[in-house]
Amino acid sequence: MATQQSTSANPKVNYKYRRNKARQEMRTQVTSFALMIFLTLIAFIMVMAGFDKYFVLPVLLVLAAVQVVLQLYNFMHMSHKGHEGVALFLYTGVFIAFITILTFLTIVWW
Amino acid sequence: MSTVAQKKGFLSVLWDYLTTVDHKKIAILYLISGGFFFLVGGIEAMIIRVQLAVPDNSFVSAGLYNELLTMHGTTMIFLAAMPLLFGFMNAVVPLQIGARDVAFPFLNSLGFWLFFFGGIFLNLSWFLGGAPDAGWTSYASLSLASEGHGIDFYVLGLQISGAGTLIAGINFLVTIINMRAPGMTYMRMPLFTWSSFVASALILFAFPPLTVGLFLMLFDRMFGAGFFDVSMGGNTIIWEHLFWIFGHPEVYILILPAFGIFSEIFATFSRKRLFGYAAMVFATVLIGFLGFMVWAHHMFTVGLGPTANAIFAVATMAIAVPTGVKIFNWMLTMWGGSIKFTTPMLYAVAFIPSFVAGGVTGVMLAAAAADYQYHDTYFVVAHFHYVIIGGVVLGLLAGTHFYWPKMFGTMLNETLGKITFWLFLIGFHGTFFIQHFLGLMGMPRRIWKFLPGQGLELPNLISTIGAFFMAVAVIVLLINIVITSVKNERVGNDPWGDGRTLEWAISSPPPFYNFKQLPLVRGLDPYWIEKMEGNTKMTPAEPIGDIHMPNNSFIPFVMSLGLFIAAFGAMYQVDWRASDGESFVWALPVLVIGMLITLGSMAVRSLKDDHGYHIHKEDLMEDEEGGRD
Ligand code: HEM
Ligand SMILES: [Cu+2]
Repeated sequence: MATQQSTSANPKVNYKYRRNKARQEMRTQVTSFALMIFLTLIAFIMVMAGFDKYFVLPVLLVLAAVQVVLQLYNFMHMSHKGHEGVALFLYTGVFIAFITILTFLTIVWW
Repeated sequence: MSTVAQKKGFLSVLWDYLTTVDHKKIAILYLISGGFFFLVGGIEAMIIRVQLAVPDNSFVSAGLYNELLTMHGTTMIFLAAMPLLFGFMNAVVPLQIGARDVAFPFLNSLGFWLFFFGGIFLNLSWFLGGAPDAGWTSYASLSLASEGHGIDFYVLGLQISGAGTLIAGINFLVTIINMRAPGMTYMRMPLFTWSSFVASALILFAFPPLTVGLFLMLFDRMFGAGFFDVSMGGNTIIWEHLFWIFGHPEVYILILPAFGIFSEIFATFSRKRLFGYAAMVFATVLIGFLGFMVWAHHMFTVGLGPTANAIFAVATMAIAVPTGVKIFNWMLTMWGGSIKFTTPMLYAVAFIPSFVAGGVTGVMLAAAAADYQYHDTYFVVAHFHYVIIGGVVLGLLAGTHFYWPKMFGTMLNETLGKITFWLFLIGFHGTFFIQHFLGLMGMPRRIWKFLPGQGLELPNLISTIGAFFMAVAVIVLLINIVITSVKNERVGNDPWGDGRTLEWAISSPPPFYNFKQLPLVRGLDPYWIEKMEGNTKMTPAEPIGDIHMPNNSFIPFVMSLGLFIAAFGAMYQVDWRASDGESFVWALPVLVIGMLITLGSMAVRSLKDDHGYHIHKEDLMEDEEGGRD
């Protein structure tokens, strides 16, 4: 959906506003990019430092989840308006997958 | 395509249907092929009932009985009920939301052809060494031990037609989200559109587990992988989980659109706005959501443990609540309405007690401890036929009568329709009511014969007699269709006289571009609102302008045909390898050629731009009533 296109007929009208908006957008993108690299670094360091397995695994999973969220919201524009439907389907899917895996973990494999 | 009246030869009509991307024609394709498979499945059912009419019968052999039973269930669910529902969704949903077509017309056609070739492939098993024989659930311990190619036909056929279903489901999601006419907010969508929307979402989430399960089964059977083979460290229960994670939502994929059809019918023939619209929408969504939390109620006796059984039992019973909300809303829609008992309305009224009976036995089955007694008996058979025939099939028959004029421009004969209805209803209850008691008396399901002297004779005979009533009802319906088509008395926009939603505001059948001008929607039941204000037409939301239309395409057919061919190669390469390359040398080349056809047509589709064409404003103005022929 073309929700991010200017709605005004004359693109010059909102020029200042949109320029400002674009700058903010750029800032969040750069920050989250830096943050993601930082998180990746932590992950690698943690593994190389040879911490205990039961500490590393959950932290790795959490870091991965954070990365996915950053990716979706800041790079794939889910933070923008008009993505409520997408978000609904995404979370429903995640929830169903979670329930399924939980069941397998609790009553199939153990 | 020209809008000028012209007589077309058979071949050009055939070519038109093979290449069409028009949702209204694809609807007809779904209706014809779904109807065909319904007849095939029905004949299988009749043979089953004849075999069980008297004790110790040997009308069919034990092996053939298993094949008939398996193919009956598989055909009815995957190749009859679902495609017929897709037929109505295609015919009605774009019109109800005021759209000119679905979001992806090309994919719409691809979805149909995949389903069609998958279904044909599955049924060819009858002629190529034996049909699948492990039940429609195809539990792994049984199906891995099944000899011959029956199960391979099941796996490959369902894989192909399942891809078609998934494509169709996604298409409807996008269509309903993106293509609604101006003013058609979510909370103004007709209930059939809502229930199609939720059913499509269920397809989106439920079919991938089936796909995964089928792939694992394929690898087990063809390459000796051991996913479900306990002796190789696999786990046969995983198939059951994957199947039912798909399978339970599947039953709601079937029933929700039927609920939608009934909602339209209740409101139309009570000549009253649907009671509790918001509650209906909420209940639909809630049913869809809960449908994913209950699959293990099919596995109570597997030994998951008391905790798991208790959780799934409670979750299952919870579904009865939103279902009850819907039942009460339908009854309150009729309450105080000025009811007209047309054929569709008769089906709708009969649906309520029939479906409630199925729901009540459902809750009984959901009591996990009691289910140890009911499981795998005729009680379960009675339960699911009450919900599926009493719900889905009555819905399909009601929809056939209700939407026939919109799809074909002629009215089915009401007298014959009512005869069909009564025969079918009597036959249905005659066949299945007594099966509850057969089950409670201990008759196991899926058995080939029963013995005399155990009190099972009379109920089984009654059940078979009931089945013949249903068969006669279907024959009367076919006669009705033939008579109606031969007479060919054309009807106007709103043949029932009480249409409420947008599809009744345009001609029957609609012109191929549906709406000359997109309508402005001013509330729930938009056409009714206009009628109440004395208007005969919808207020347009746009000036007349050029309309962009997609071109017809033969590519979906070829793409699906390629997979159909490849499936034969994939299946027989097993024999080729088993014979050390002695026989079946053609298997591998056929697999490769099939895949090349599919991939090649995908490449053509991707590389060649197809921008469609425009209907010009001037032609639209001339085309006053805008019929197809
Ligand atoms: C109130 C709602 C419902 C409840 C509580 C319910 C509960 C159950 C339970 C517990 C079983 C398993 C019985 C056993 O194998 O021992 C079952 C089987 C079945 N149900 Fe339902 N059900 C409900 C509605 C439906 C609907 C709406 C449909 C289809 C449109 C449906 C179709 C089926 C089918 C096909 C089976 C048998 C599957 C097989 O083993 O082949 N049910 N139901
Ligand atoms: Cu179920």
